[in-house]
Amino acid sequence: MSAIVAEALVREFKAVRAVEGIDLEVSDGEIYGFLGPNGAGKSTTVHILTTLLPPSGGRAVVGGFDVLHEGPKVLEVIGAALQEAALDPFLTGRDHVRLQASLHGLSRAERRARGDELLERVGLTEAADRKVRTYSGGMKRRLDLALALLHRPSILFLDEPTTGLDPQSRNALWVEVARLARDDGVTVFLTTQYLEEADVLADRVGIIDRGRIVAEGTTAALKAEIGTPTVQVTPANGDDRDAILRALHGHGEPVAGAPGAVAVRLDPQYDLTDVVRALDAENLRIEHLELDAPSLDDVFLAKTGHRLEGEGGGELEPEPVGA
Amino acid sequence: MTTLGQVFVLGRRAFLRSIRQPGQLAFALVFPLFFIIVIASGLDRASALPGFPANSYLDFMLAIPFLHGALFTALNSAIELGRDIDTGFLNRLALTPARGIAIMLGNLAGGVLLALIQFCVYFAGGMLLGAGFEAGPLGVLVLFALGALGATAIGATAMTVALRTGSPEAVQGIFPLFFVLLFLSSMNIPRNLIETGWFRWIANVNPVSYQIEGLRSLVVDGWNGQALALGFGCALGVTALSLTVARTAFASRLTRT
Repeated sequence: MSAIVAEALVREFKAVRAVEGIDLEVSDGEIYGFLGPNGAGKSTTVHILTTLLPPSGGRAVVGGFDVLHEGPKVLEVIGAALQEAALDPFLTGRDHVRLQASLHGLSRAERRARGDELLERVGLTEAADRKVRTYSGGMKRRLDLALALLHRPSILFLDEPTTGLDPQSRNALWVEVARLARDDGVTVFLTTQYLEEADVLADRVGIIDRGRIVAEGTTAALKAEIGTPTVQVTPANGDDRDAILRALHGHGEPVAGAPGAVAVRLDPQYDLTDVVRALDAENLRIEHLELDAPSLDDVFLAKTGHRLEGEGGGELEPEPVGA
Repeated sequence: MTTLGQVFVLGRRAFLRSIRQPGQLAFALVFPLFFIIVIASGLDRASALPGFPANSYLDFMLAIPFLHGALFTALNSAIELGRDIDTGFLNRLALTPARGIAIMLGNLAGGVLLALIQFCVYFAGGMLLGAGFEAGPLGVLVLFALGALGATAIGATAMTVALRTGSPEAVQGIFPLFFVLLFLSSMNIPRNLIETGWFRWIANVNPVSYQIEGLRSLVVDGWNGQALALGFGCALGVTALSLTVARTAFASRLTRT
């Protein structure tokens, strides 16, 4: 069964289309990475799927419920940690847990047990009675995640959960998200502008640019789609470059490489050991050998004509709720 | 969870948030008392004017801290709502089954509870300064109830601004407007003793005058049915109107499906 289905989803803000006909399907228990630069339409899509923003067109079904007509039922099955970890700086972590658990209708005993369990799981037990304004960015994100999980949702939306976090906090969050999907069977819809995050976490990735999904699939399939890896060989002796080219003839097609190196884009059925054997057979001394596999950034470049990394801003930023 | 339960939970949050900002709290407690001490001592001879309705200017002014306190507390509540919109906290609430009306009333309830605690301080301060109180113990409850209704009316009005603009700064910006309404009322002098025509006209149409006179009647007259009816009527009318407008503003702010 599909946890999330969107068909021809559109959202307009005045004259601008933030989301332009998105189709996507996320299976139960899957981690779906929604990858794109700032202003691509990621957060707007999340706002629609979490009922915070009605679509201007199209249809979305989350947990089997239509987001436009069955909003309250959608809210029962989803949890969400939105882009800003919107917390009250004057409340403690435990106050937040109590407030949100009460609003979700958990009984007093359940509130306490579930709250303690989640605070422990995200490593905030000791800090639970401190005001949130004393928390670091990573602690706020972890509390946000705990709050999203209080009512045991089967679908979790995480909107850029690691933006601005230090590597340690980011890794801890990745571990927890992966655990949620693996052990608890939670479906995770994760937006990110970080290639590595999508690569590490997502079972499948949808690449969004200017409100449209431009590519979708597993990261391996997407990378394979745009080409095979390139091997770059730098000889110890510069005069050996031609000999290297001859040795690698039959393994792929020569392409431009780094200065002083010989680069060959390998054939689809390449075997790196054969490449190394071919160089060894010619008795060549190699200073450096490198295999460059296509990255998600290469996929993004191939699909959109511009790079994801180093880009950002300039495009339409989704408006806040009700704006 | 029932709507009332949600109001309670959200009101608790609003109250906790307020009392954990001592700077804000201290101003709302100290300024109204400071104001009454300064004004009552400076203008005490005004009570000798023919037709002045109170024995002392302190008695006459005792109602004013209640409105000042209501104003500060209600505006702070609306500012916090603006901050919730600004920071995205409202989205967090929108992702729970909390009803819109509960979010609004919860925010107001927290402010009103705080205002009631402040009222105790104002009343005790007034008594210590030597003010009289004609309506007796039951009158104190009515005084607090009318003051709380005033806080609700101001809070609902300011909340509309917060919901329309989504900006705490915009709510702060309307503070002078409320203060002008206070000054252009019967706050400092009874309406029948205002000799400047335009001032008296504004004071006559200003609902704040009737709210003040309702509160004041309990201090200086005892039980004055007409003043109380007008006071409660004006406060209820403004509250109902403001809540209706605020609810519309809330619906357009929170376009939850």
